[in-house]
Amino acid sequence: MSGGGFRLKVGGLIDRTRRVEFKFDGETYQGYAGDSLASALLANGIRVVGRSFKYHRPRGVLSAGSEEPNALVELRTGNRREPNVKATTVELYPGLQASSQNRWPSLAFDVQALNGLLKPVFAAGFYYKTFMWPASFWEKVYEPVIRRAAGLGRASGSDDPDHYERNNAHCDLLIIGAGPAGLMAALLAGRAGAKVILADSDCQVGGQLLSTTEIIDGKPAAQWVDSVLLELAAMSNVRILTRTNVVSAYDDGVYAAVERVADHLPEPPPYVPRQRFWRIVCRRAILAAGATERPIAFPNNDRPGIMLSTAVRTYLNRFGVAVGRRPAIYTATDDGWQTARDLIKAGILPAMIIDPRPKAPIGFEDVAASAPVSLGSRVVDTKGRMGLTTIAVKSAKDTRVVFADALAVSGGFNPAIQLASHFGGRPKWSHTIHSFLAANTIAGLECAGAAAGVYCLAEVLRSGAESALAAMEALGLSTKLTEIPFVRRTVCESKPVWWQASEADHGAKVFIDFQHDVTASDIVLAHREGYRSVEHLKRYTTLGMATDQGRTSNLDGLAIMASLTGRTIPETGVTLSRPPTVPVALGAVAGSHKGDAFRPVRETPIHAYALSRGAPFVDVGQWKRPQYFPISEDADLKATAAREVKTVRSQVGVTDVSTLGKVEVEGPDAANFLDRVCAIKASSIKVGRCGYFAMLREDGFLKDDGMMARFTEDRYLVYVSTAHAAAVYRHMQFCRQILWPELDVNLVAVTDGWAQLAIAGPQSPRVVQELVDPPVIISREKFPPLTAAEITVCNGVTARLCALSFSGERSFELAVPAGFGEALVRRVMEIGAPYGIVTYGSEAMGVMRIEKGHPAGGEINGQTTAFDLGMMRALAKDKDHVGRVLSMRPALVDPKRARLVGVKPRDPNNRIHGGAHIVLPDVKPSADSDLGWVSSACYSPTLSSWIGLALVSGGPERVGETVVVHDPLRGGDVQAEIVPACFVDPKSERTRV
Amino acid sequence: MLIKCPYCGPRDLAEFSVAGEAKERPKFVADFDSPQAQTLFVDAVYFRDNPAGLHKEHWFHAAGCQAWLVVTRDTQTHAFVNVELTRDEERLS
Repeated sequence: MSGGGFRLKVGGLIDRTRRVEFKFDGETYQGYAGDSLASALLANGIRVVGRSFKYHRPRGVLSAGSEEPNALVELRTGNRREPNVKATTVELYPGLQASSQNRWPSLAFDVQALNGLLKPVFAAGFYYKTFMWPASFWEKVYEPVIRRAAGLGRASGSDDPDHYERNNAHCDLLIIGAGPAGLMAALLAGRAGAKVILADSDCQVGGQLLSTTEIIDGKPAAQWVDSVLLELAAMSNVRILTRTNVVSAYDDGVYAAVERVADHLPEPPPYVPRQRFWRIVCRRAILAAGATERPIAFPNNDRPGIMLSTAVRTYLNRFGVAVGRRPAIYTATDDGWQTARDLIKAGILPAMIIDPRPKAPIGFEDVAASAPVSLGSRVVDTKGRMGLTTIAVKSAKDTRVVFADALAVSGGFNPAIQLASHFGGRPKWSHTIHSFLAANTIAGLECAGAAAGVYCLAEVLRSGAESALAAMEALGLSTKLTEIPFVRRTVCESKPVWWQASEADHGAKVFIDFQHDVTASDIVLAHREGYRSVEHLKRYTTLGMATDQGRTSNLDGLAIMASLTGRTIPETGVTLSRPPTVPVALGAVAGSHKGDAFRPVRETPIHAYALSRGAPFVDVGQWKRPQYFPISEDADLKATAAREVKTVRSQVGVTDVSTLGKVEVEGPDAANFLDRVCAIKASSIKVGRCGYFAMLREDGFLKDDGMMARFTEDRYLVYVSTAHAAAVYRHMQFCRQILWPELDVNLVAVTDGWAQLAIAGPQSPRVVQELVDPPVIISREKFPPLTAAEITVCNGVTARLCALSFSGERSFELAVPAGFGEALVRRVMEIGAPYGIVTYGSEAMGVMRIEKGHPAGGEINGQTTAFDLGMMRALAKDKDHVGRVLSMRPALVDPKRARLVGVKPRDPNNRIHGGAHIVLPDVKPSADSDLGWVSSACYSPTLSSWIGLALVSGGPERVGETVVVHDPLRGGDVQAEIVPACFVDPKSERTRV
Repeated sequence: MLIKCPYCGPRDLAEFSVAGEAKERPKFVADFDSPQAQTLFVDAVYFRDNPAGLHKEHWFHAAGCQAWLVVTRDTQTHAFVNVELTRDEERLS
């Protein structure tokens, strides 16, 4: 060991020529390229890396992989700060900054460690019991305190500066895990010519072979790995994805994986994503993700320095780090003895090897001869506040205190089968390995190697090859079993050492789930209180519910419950693992679908013109609609809208209505089809005319409304609302294809094909007259309201002209092919200039439609009927159409329903907000006294007053009544009068000029 | 996951949307406001089967040919047992 540290002079796969400086809790340390953050911390003698979740006990590194429950850190700083990162899976890079979590003010002295003294209070279920009363205390007292005390790390709180991408890949065989089994499978499948993807979470392939002293085919395992990698890399049909976690499984051989492309660098290089989300589609898959070692439960088993045996070996062999100067080994597996052997080889004599089994395992006589051994013994206590100092070992004869600064524990191995149970397949208990094996897995997925409960290296290699052979057979690729490399035969026996729980555990700190601080006594308590089913146990104690999903704790917890209830472990049950297998950054799932790329943006044909006029846009679904066309004289946007409305009502204005959905309905049965789809009688609309329509859902509620034009006997154009366009088109297709396939009719969605302008106002006929080509005459007689015509404008441009009014003024909707849209709006502005024309935005349009009482999104909200909105006159009752029968159910035509009316404040300056409620004066507002709500509101420049549309119980019957518009969140209460929904020109005389 | 669209061939699941059980719309009844008519439509609109096993559903190939499809799907395995055009029956008759 060099310096004051724990780094061995030689050995390991680290690059000792490249020193790497990093910071932990503000202190600067050094490691080497190839280190993990955990190995670098251990090499520097850092033993306490965090405080535990509930009791704030000092905790150290437990494992060397993604099962880590203790060594969670906040990685990086500023807007790249990421909480709850496992130090064991972080590759060291120059300038890395990490800080410990869940401690205040410092790791060494933590105020809340006092919680440890309050342990009885924090026992299982304490949230349910302690904080029941009084309810008002929750928000003010309990929650803030608990949040501060039990918080994990802090998120950065600012935007993620990095970008992510998503990728698809297809292959014959996906191999998850590139340890000995995965490598053998890849070799065999690759040689057979199959398209293979080999994914591993580590930065290099090899798995446990990177941490072993075994010899394969006469060479050190790591060298054998290199030779296999060389062969695989030369195969064009094999793709190796390192730093890649396969996180979840889906139907039909689809797997999701996250590749950490740049997490090992200070920050991603330009044009490189931080992470890449893979969607891998494969015909077969092999799960060769290895196994997770189980700790052993005993009192004070959570002290820094107590570590999984395979982790001790990984730090020793892969990183050249001794986890202690005088480590002891507590093992119930033969594998633990291998750790002892490797330590001895490295010149570190174990303080003692403690094995609860009566005999030393066969083949480890050399180890037994060189270190003190205590057979048939157990560790019964430990000491060392900030790191292990002594252990108490109880044998048949006596209890002895042994000095040890580290303890390697090995309680057995659990196959890493999480992915295999993502479809709900319940794992099966194996009496051979004393753990669960995958059963009823996902179709096409097989486990191999340690994931299949095969632990001895020779058999692991064979298992990998055989699983690939089976996959090749299933794929119809002929191949034969490749020669299995030669390795020394070993034994891999183990005997489970479950904690024998009893009521005497009360107060003992036998930790089962380190991350959630669940102890054996919590499980005893859960049992005593009747939470005995495994699902109840889990929820009551939070066992296995932390970010590590109980990798190192579930089975020990189950075993305790089994012994308490006198059942076997398989009888007690098993909890299933949910996707993802490891935490996944939401950024990776989103990929590039954020910000402007979150969803497609649809721009209308006159977008560039609106942009040039400085119009702000509003999002309507995917559309960008110009909201206002401000000019410098406007005091504010409200003034802009008022000016636009006034000009339209007194002169003329033009607005973009291209976003309206347009569906052409064509064919001999077009009229018949529309009669069935719509609640009105479309067949009675004459050729060359327009008509209003309402469309119902089959349950009788209103689906949409709008106008339709009939250009020829067999051809209609239906204008549906912008927001509902896609759903209405889909519904119309449903009606055509499923309900009435016998009708000879076709539907075409032409929304994007046309640029459409509404030209409205008393002067609009003059403007339109100058646009249209002869011989069309725009007059009250020749082109009255509701006329529809296919004409040409501006010297031969195809156009559709309908005399339709949404604003309440004499108005025309003029459509030209989308490419002519911008030219048309400029021409309209030119022609209209002498008439004082303005361009108006969606805001002014909205104001005018509220003034006219036309229902829109706030009113047609899926909960209203044609009856509610006063449209019953438009409904044809003498024919079958969608919604005909159910729309007349008594409850849907009950006069007490919330029905459309107008509301006008007594004081015109009192603002009414959408969403405010309507109550009677002198009545306490409550859910019972609520009469309805304001569905749309605006300031009406025409009436010089705030106005609103409202859905009020009994609606039209209340016209003239005084009500209170109750809005405790914003404006308070406003006295208002119920008025008819149409505020302006109720007889529609203005449209006929 | 791939769905074999009769027009477009095997296409990704994301291109489709599902509209639930493929139930027949009640046939024409003379008196729309009779209790019998309401019962028929209430049953058609509100009552859906939820079998563990084969289920006949309507799917829409929204990002493809825009055909409404009649799909027979196993709700236990998610397997698409059969996919056919709604108009097929009509053509054959």
